[in-house]
Amino acid sequence: MSDTLSGADGLVSVPALLHRNATQFGNAPAYREKEFGIWQSWTWAQTYKEVEALALGLLDLGVAEGDFIAVIGRNRPYLYWSMMAAQMVGAVPVPLYQDAAAEEMAYTLGHCGARFVIAGDQEQVDKVMDVQADLPTFEAMIYLDPRGLRKYDPAALTQYSAVQDRGREKRAALEPEMKARIAKLDYDSTAVMLYTSGTTGKPKGVVLSNRNVIETSKSSSEFDGLKQSDDILAYLPMAWVGDFIFSVGQALWTGFCTNCPESADTMHTDLREIGPTYYFAPPRVFETQLTNVMIRMEDASPFKKRMFDYFMGVARRVGPAILDGQTVATSDRLLYRLGEWMIYGPLKNTLGFSRVRVGYTAGEAIGPEIFDFYRSLGINLKQLYGQTEATVFITAQPDGQVRSDTVGISCPGVELKIADNGEVFYRSPGVFVEYYKNAESTADTKDSEGWVATGDAGFIEESSGHLRIIDRAKDVGKMASGAMFAPKYVENKLKFFPNILETVVFGNGREECTAFVNIDLNAVGNWAERNNIAYASYQELAGHPEVLATIQSHVEEVNKSVAQDEMLSECQVHRFVVLHKQLDADDGELTRTQKVRRRIIEEKFSDIIDAMYDGSETISTTTEVTYEDGRKGAISATLDIRTAAVVSVAHRMAAE
Amino acid sequence: MLDQTDGYMTADGRQIGPVVMEMRNITLRFGGVEAIKDISFDIREGEVRAIIGPNGAGKSSMLNVISGFYVPQEGQVIYKGAPRPAMKPYQVARQGIARTFQNIALFEGMSVLDNVMTGRLTHMKTGMFAQAFWKGKAEREETENREVAEKIIDFLEIQAIRKTPVSRLPYGLKKRVELARALAAEPELLLLDEPMAGMNVEEKEDMSRFILSMNDEFGTTIALIEHDMGVVMDLSDRVVVMDYGKKIGDGTPDEVRNNQAVIDAYLGVAHD
Repeated sequence: MSDTLSGADGLVSVPALLHRNATQFGNAPAYREKEFGIWQSWTWAQTYKEVEALALGLLDLGVAEGDFIAVIGRNRPYLYWSMMAAQMVGAVPVPLYQDAAAEEMAYTLGHCGARFVIAGDQEQVDKVMDVQADLPTFEAMIYLDPRGLRKYDPAALTQYSAVQDRGREKRAALEPEMKARIAKLDYDSTAVMLYTSGTTGKPKGVVLSNRNVIETSKSSSEFDGLKQSDDILAYLPMAWVGDFIFSVGQALWTGFCTNCPESADTMHTDLREIGPTYYFAPPRVFETQLTNVMIRMEDASPFKKRMFDYFMGVARRVGPAILDGQTVATSDRLLYRLGEWMIYGPLKNTLGFSRVRVGYTAGEAIGPEIFDFYRSLGINLKQLYGQTEATVFITAQPDGQVRSDTVGISCPGVELKIADNGEVFYRSPGVFVEYYKNAESTADTKDSEGWVATGDAGFIEESSGHLRIIDRAKDVGKMASGAMFAPKYVENKLKFFPNILETVVFGNGREECTAFVNIDLNAVGNWAERNNIAYASYQELAGHPEVLATIQSHVEEVNKSVAQDEMLSECQVHRFVVLHKQLDADDGELTRTQKVRRRIIEEKFSDIIDAMYDGSETISTTTEVTYEDGRKGAISATLDIRTAAVVSVAHRMAAE
Repeated sequence: MLDQTDGYMTADGRQIGPVVMEMRNITLRFGGVEAIKDISFDIREGEVRAIIGPNGAGKSSMLNVISGFYVPQEGQVIYKGAPRPAMKPYQVARQGIARTFQNIALFEGMSVLDNVMTGRLTHMKTGMFAQAFWKGKAEREETENREVAEKIIDFLEIQAIRKTPVSRLPYGLKKRVELARALAAEPELLLLDEPMAGMNVEEKEDMSRFILSMNDEFGTTIALIEHDMGVVMDLSDRVVVMDYGKKIGDGTPDEVRNNQAVIDAYLGVAHD
């Protein structure tokens, strides 16, 4: 075998791994999905048969090598199989975000020139049908859930199971072709194409090879000692690189079981029922869960609440140390044991974390309190830093070296370097092949030696070797005084308050910083309920004077904390506005992965920003909103502009 | 007498079958008040039939006559070709008629799943004791019925609240649970009494989608009362319009929309 083929024990493609699992762990569960109230499961051997039948059916439909097959829908075993089946016939699967609007889909489908679409349900079918007239290369659609599709033209649509049936029927005729195509796959053939969420501009198609996927899955699985008996819950968008690596890459490499929830709404119940051993969630999910726990504890009986508070105090003091295997006084150990029995165990069970052995969070900074809360309960929650272009893994925290303010050491096989302007660069076997049909962007991002720019500014901490990320490199700016401006740093501090869902800080090139704040309807709504404050809408609650006062106290607290930082003390928030609408991906204000799009927000709300800087007390504004079904409307509001107390930096220096 | 065998084709290409229920010269009185005056119309297999009219027109009374809860003083209800005698509600249910209520009537303390399972009662044959011991046939029967209930839960997208007590649910969801319970009876004729009253636009859209796909997927014949004209015109194949207990219009949404008597009833003219 040649050098390129020998990588990872000759297992050089996704179909090859699937075949290995079907023979090696044939009877072990590979995929589960809750349907009709029961967990249905498929072993690796069954999975292989299902995927094979679909692959044969795709051949029958006329899928050619190198074709792009878009996969759109919520996490379901059938859709993961679709991606594998595509790979078996030499096509390239392209998972798309299922909550994208039809126009967004038209762009990605048109960009890759997808000939086939595998859609999860009527909603996705409708969206593709809306735009298919603009897609010259589009040929046929396969759908999974037949509900509501009875009246559709059968010529334009084929049911998933019908494709499989046809594949099974024509097996004898088509199998040689399928085998020949599988044999042609090597380490350099494309495994998948994933569209970036497009924080800036149009989404870019990131082409990942089998080498990227398999090498990364292998080294990351070994890094965390993932086992064949592990369980994960697949609930994050299939179009996101992380889900592809966890639910396809690592699942195939280690042979663990991927569990799909019954529906998006049942995720928490399903999480609890499955009790995954390997779990990933963005900070937002952990935040929401913690907020929910705290809200429910507020309503608990005084005795329960006191018990909770006491044992959480114990956990906060000794929990992380016990988790890291450090020495802890015997009395504390006993207390913690008691707490485990009375509080932590049941709480972890309720949250669905009883069995979590490896937990990760990434994508955004996580609040230290939130992070410590989970760790103190004995959940091995860690941070990782990655991106689509790196096939996820750049850095991760090894067990025992976990902190909330770093993202860990470089993953096996990854080299790191920090440029003069502070931007982080990396080089690894996971480095993407190219941006599809975009040589210019590829060259901008990846240099000839294979170093990739992350676009994030950060530094490597000398004492520990851990990487710390400050902000997006392009967002880091200078204030009028010349001081460094890092909005994310301040925003993260603000977002650690449960009442604040999202915030955007402005100040680049300005005299002082200002901010937009979105309240968390859950947390603030609960507070309003307990204090008998009536409100009819999000807008009314967000404009309530008491809510504004609470947010102001949070901002002032953050200002005190920001003032402590030598480099960033100028970034204190002088004035802020609590926005009348929630920033939303449908309005283009957030990306589909819920990241703030600063330029768009700055343009859209320029009138409010101007008002924050010209000293006005209030501002009347009208904002266009897009409803879920694509219709547009407008909200008008008069917003209060509040001035927050700041800590005078000069004064602080004088006092010291 | 109306032809029992013919049908028609709807605008969206669905084949509507023969008459399943015919109301023949129905008059219903409460003491001296005539709630329904000499009304005749029919409901055909597979169609969505709406009864509309201003407040107090007698719509709910009409639905209660269809469901057998009220027995009209004059006229006949012909169900599946034969005149229907006065019967008890459970006998009506056994005949394949299920309904939802304008003011939700669920078992508040029970979970959603249990509520939906009560809709299966007419399909269960084993006795109370066999069910209590849950052996053999009773166990099999429960499994089968649970499967049907689960399919309906999946269909109406209420999986997330399967185990939630109904009393904890918001209004819109309760309406959906009630629909699930009615659907669980696998009715041939489903009566919906203001399925969208008090809902916001999004909930109405969801409910409309469910009603249409129910009709589409299970071929359920649906008779509904609704106030929201937009919804009625979009959903129904044929509409009966009532005003002051009388039928003032009957036909497709377009026909009804252009009927002068209907326009007058809704916009209001002086009554003599």
